[in-house]
Amino acid sequence: MKGVRFWGTRGSLPVALTAQGLHGKLRDVLRAARGQALDSDADIERFLDGLPFALAGTYGGHSSCVQIDTGGSDYVLCDMGSGLRTFGQAAMAQRAGKPQTFHIFMSHLHWDHIMGLPFFVPAFIPGNRVFIYGSHAELEMALRRQQDPPSFPVNFDTIFEGRVQCVHLEPGVPHEVAGLRVTTMLQRHAGDSYGYRFEAGGKVLVYSTDSEHPLADPAHTERFVQFFRDADLVIFDAMYSLADAISVKADWGHSSNMVGVELCQLAGARQLCMTHHEPVFDDAAIDALLAETRRLEEITRSGAPLQVSAAYDGLEIAL
Amino acid sequence: MQIATHQYADTTVVAPAGRIDHLSAAAFESALTPLLAEAAARKGALVLDFSGVDYISSVGLRVLMIAARQMRAAQARLSVAALQSVVAEIFSISRFDKVLVVCPALEAALAQSSDAALAAWRARQA
Repeated sequence: MKGVRFWGTRGSLPVALTAQGLHGKLRDVLRAARGQALDSDADIERFLDGLPFALAGTYGGHSSCVQIDTGGSDYVLCDMGSGLRTFGQAAMAQRAGKPQTFHIFMSHLHWDHIMGLPFFVPAFIPGNRVFIYGSHAELEMALRRQQDPPSFPVNFDTIFEGRVQCVHLEPGVPHEVAGLRVTTMLQRHAGDSYGYRFEAGGKVLVYSTDSEHPLADPAHTERFVQFFRDADLVIFDAMYSLADAISVKADWGHSSNMVGVELCQLAGARQLCMTHHEPVFDDAAIDALLAETRRLEEITRSGAPLQVSAAYDGLEIAL
Repeated sequence: MQIATHQYADTTVVAPAGRIDHLSAAAFESALTPLLAEAAARKGALVLDFSGVDYISSVGLRVLMIAARQMRAAQARLSVAALQSVVAEIFSISRFDKVLVVCPALEAALAQSSDAALAAWRARQA
């Protein structure tokens, strides 16, 4: 397992940078440029590299989709949010004309995690194969239903012609897929969600999104600590602040940066990457959340440091 | 976990010490429950003096959230006072500083509670 690339990192609903948001960034960049020597392209690149990510970049707005680079020829992904469309375009460009196999692991069947499938162009191409794995009994039904009239113009069978196949994964039982040892675990979310633990070549990756943590249940905490145990990277739903997650947004099925840090620290994980960003957060808000979470990790650290990052569309993390 | 309690007129001051984490939060909650019930029953005030608390985890913060909800429902008052700097940062990052009444010092919390509570505390300090 070589690493991951994020194609969609937004929770609940895709969002886009607005004209007003872009204008604000340009204004702040130009203010920061006052008095700077920007005569050459190298000067400009250096200046841009020194800006906060929220000014010089954007976290993006596609809903959940993460690619796992196994080092093998098959493609492996988690979830089919709107980011799946851009991944599909990239995969087509990368290996045009050659048959491709895709393995996609589903956390759950809510709309923001399945909406990319009808726009996944590689699944339209004869010779390609798409295996969609999940622990929900309703997996295939949910994917077919979103393409039934009047929700979509072309139905599942017409568009995919048998190239897409659903595979049930028994929770808690390790499965071997594309060179990965894959284990799923039930998580607390409306309609259930499942976390994934991927192991290969001595590396461990955990994908745990759309998961609420009832803090009063020590057995629940222990289950997750064991699931995250010694992970090289934990991709974690940190949608809300802790105060929101256990008050006004209790039972909404999501978690917080604080619980992410605590679980990773208890499990001895090496890196936490926060994802499923709240759609109302702009880039500055996610930058601030990242800075606060890094500070939280620093002041609560008792063992080895936990590296903390915030996912953005296009982020690559090596394992 | 060590928890000291004092009564100043209509206000109960509860002073836990040490870490409130996944190992100690249940003991903290058990100790706090009867004190909250008593303050709620008389629509009084309860101040948590956190000057001796050097760490609080999400499990400990959950106890405070439940306490605040219970006191609000009973039209009683709850505040947290004298946070150490690390705990103050945890309150800020978790946004608990937005949902709880946080006072910089015990004296300020008692002043906010009632004149009688502040006077009783000052008399004890003299």
